[in-house]
Amino acid sequence: MAAPDADAYEQQNVHEVYQQIADHFSSTRYKPWPIVEQFLRNLTPGAVGLDVGCGNGKYLSVNRDVFIVASDRSENLARIAVKHQPHSTIVADIHHLPHQDAFFDFAISIAVVHHLSTPVRRVQAVAEILRTLKSGSETQAGGKLLIYAWALEQKTSRRGWDKGDPQDIMVPWVRKGGPAKQGISEEPQTFHRYYHLYEEGELERDIDQAGGRVLESGYEKDNWWVIATPKDRP
Amino acid sequence: MKVITANFVTCAVKECKTAQTSFPLHFHDAELEQQELDFQPEFIRNILPRVDWEALRVTANELGFPSIPESKPEGEALDNEQTLRDLHRLLLETHVAEGKLVCGNCGHQYMIKEGIANFLLPSHLV
Repeated sequence: MAAPDADAYEQQNVHEVYQQIADHFSSTRYKPWPIVEQFLRNLTPGAVGLDVGCGNGKYLSVNRDVFIVASDRSENLARIAVKHQPHSTIVADIHHLPHQDAFFDFAISIAVVHHLSTPVRRVQAVAEILRTLKSGSETQAGGKLLIYAWALEQKTSRRGWDKGDPQDIMVPWVRKGGPAKQGISEEPQTFHRYYHLYEEGELERDIDQAGGRVLESGYEKDNWWVIATPKDRP
Repeated sequence: MKVITANFVTCAVKECKTAQTSFPLHFHDAELEQQELDFQPEFIRNILPRVDWEALRVTANELGFPSIPESKPEGEALDNEQTLRDLHRLLLETHVAEGKLVCGNCGHQYMIKEGIANFLLPSHLV
């Protein structure tokens, strides 16, 4: 798929869906995943970082001693996330982040890059986040990125996918019907979101290609995760 | 959008990232709003080393707060509670509810609506 086509495809099969399901989606997303929580809790007070694809901002409540500029492509989700203090929320695209080069202490991007529909776009997204992170030197550690993506290998999950299954799929989201109005209840509505399911090792390969060095990686709750830092910059 | 946020954003256009004139972005037609937030002196002390003071002065001037100190408070100045309270009020409690952020390099305008700045680029700038 050429870039403008992929852009339009994601507009229809990711962005517009989240605009539609924002409220219901948000009401189901409140429990932080343990590794994300631990990553955020271990940050130095006063650290400044990014939450790229923040959704409803559920990770913004974990640590109030750091400052996070959270961003999401969906204005409706950003409007929910903005309530979390003392942080800040903006609307932005993962491929065009409005942030300085080599400045930030940390970034998280949780369950986001799996919505990008080509290999090139997934690598570009990781590269764009790494661009914003501080370089490491002999005296200071480089900025750290924690990234999560949905795993292909999840045969014990409700979805039941596993190695060998298709990696590019449409996943239904059923929005419950609204409360009954004048005795007539609203019908539930089904939306489909595009996902790329990552196979074992794929996220690490993308990070390497994007100019990142993998520090740690693992599997948690049907997702592959990696903590990475920018490779040495010239 | 909190005033401090302007210190951590720049133009979303790739070519502007290396242009000095793209940072900080400039507020135009800003409507300000105060939103109360618990005062945490430690937070201000901790975050201050990460603040680009020159850029903050530009931002503060544009928003009509010309009286911020010429240089970043450091050392003993950070024991002064009033200094920290003033910074807390400016950085975290002062919001731009409506307005624009304009890039000094390419001139692109980013709209701020209901306190949220939108950095999505039109297709001709991507």
